[in-house]
Amino acid sequence: MNTKILKLIEANARLSYEDIATICEIPKDEVRAEIEAMEKAGIIKGYKGIIDWEKLDTNSVSAIIELKVTPKANLGFEEVAEIIARYPDVESVSLMSGACDLIVVVKGKTFHEVSAFVAKEIATIDSVTSTSTQFIMRRYKEFGVELFDSDSDERGKISL
Amino acid sequence: MIDYSKLLSKTVLEIKPSGIRKYFDIADSIDGIISLGVGEPDFRTPWQIRSAGVRSLEKGATRYTANRGLDLLREEIARYTERKYNLTYNPKSDILVTVGGSEAIDATLRALINPGDEIIIPQPSYVCYEPITRLAGGIPVIVNTKAENGFKLMPEELLENITNKTKALILPYPSNPTGAIMEWGELESIADVLRKKDIIVISDEIYSELSFGKSRHVSIAELPGMRERCVVINGFSKAFSMTGWRLGYACGPAEIIREITKIHQYAIMCAPTTSQFAAIEALRSCDSEVEKMREEYNDRRKIIVKGFNDLGLSCHEPRGAFYAFPDIRKTGLSSDEFCEKLLYSKKVAVVPGNAFGKSGEGFIRASYCYSISHIKEALSRIGEFLAELK
Repeated sequence: MNTKILKLIEANARLSYEDIATICEIPKDEVRAEIEAMEKAGIIKGYKGIIDWEKLDTNSVSAIIELKVTPKANLGFEEVAEIIARYPDVESVSLMSGACDLIVVVKGKTFHEVSAFVAKEIATIDSVTSTSTQFIMRRYKEFGVELFDSDSDERGKISL
Repeated sequence: MIDYSKLLSKTVLEIKPSGIRKYFDIADSIDGIISLGVGEPDFRTPWQIRSAGVRSLEKGATRYTANRGLDLLREEIARYTERKYNLTYNPKSDILVTVGGSEAIDATLRALINPGDEIIIPQPSYVCYEPITRLAGGIPVIVNTKAENGFKLMPEELLENITNKTKALILPYPSNPTGAIMEWGELESIADVLRKKDIIVISDEIYSELSFGKSRHVSIAELPGMRERCVVINGFSKAFSMTGWRLGYACGPAEIIREITKIHQYAIMCAPTTSQFAAIEALRSCDSEVEKMREEYNDRRKIIVKGFNDLGLSCHEPRGAFYAFPDIRKTGLSSDEFCEKLLYSKKVAVVPGNAFGKSGEGFIRASYCYSISHIKEALSRIGEFLAELK
């Protein structure tokens, strides 16, 4: 597995096969083959754009929900996590060490919609013993990308 | 009415302003320019270094340091030159911490030059060497290195320019603007010429960390019999992305460093204290940060070199610094014409090669201290420019 290719794609998924080939000093066909192999093996899970929705003034709200889970015979952490993960409004599900068991990030159109979703769909899962919902007021960085307007290039246009 | 031209130093007045000034002004006046013209890293100074600087300020460490620089910093510099280049310098006597590599070059020249001494300067190279030599009362002897030699200094070029007035050779590799480096064997040929003479080498190695390819950067001071005739100049600006911190150093024989220190002591007192504390952290704990930046520069280097070659502007492989130096002669335009036309028609700023010396005519300098997407956008516009020229 070519980790250099993975690092390049992670930083910029739109880098062309040709550019990746130039950087890795391997033929373009080999790049294509490697990437396809890693996609097939589930190492590359997908390519998504990072959008700052707040700039658009659309209705969009996200929340972080801390769940306590008491695993039951047929409904352990894995099963609960997978059930929750299958909801399209759920952006992420993580098993945690520490006080809470699962952290779930949910995205919806309004506070009400998200709260209702948690109350109806998450809290009602048999093994889930408690939920604590915190709304994200503002995102500053996502997937390694700073969302606030970074300083413009102060270096000027030319220097010797 | 005061006639200032009668009052100002003749030497200073005679130094011509850089011919590129006009070009800078044009570039500044146009909006929407995509530039490949800057010679400064785009990375922020690693946070560990910034933190160390801030911590030192919070502790109130804002007084002068010893003239030569903090003991701890000189010790770290000694460790650094040892582990990177097998160069052993005594931190107490052989190392001076300066305000950037710039001050180190200036003070070294001033410590060496008696009026009329000749200083050999290979070009194309950084524009400051010539004026600083003149300001110090020296006579610059320009060696126009050749494209067919990859702009490396050839021993025969050096030999034919040595006279009985030659005091020093400035050896700036990795090179701004050409990206050329000198490997062990090539440095050995130069050393061979110098060992028999009392000529000091001022080795400006500010880009030493930005070396690419199979072999590591070699300092000429590492070669047998050379340490005693070299002043090695380096710093933190490029490797650690600390340009504005203004910190560099000179290493060399104690007898020379002592005299350079005199000048530094009287003119500067000491390099910025905050920067010195930050630099200690840089040398102690930022090897992996430097490596990350170097790897990213390397990725960009490959993209930009291939980009120019694909456009038909042949570009030899730069093995150091962060500049590509493609050949634009086949367009039939001069460097100035190429850059000005490109600026006006496609709003891309690159630097004409002749700004760095006569043998830079017919070339342009394109920096790759920019993101890959920025570089590709610039290359795409240059491609359009070339197509429209036909």
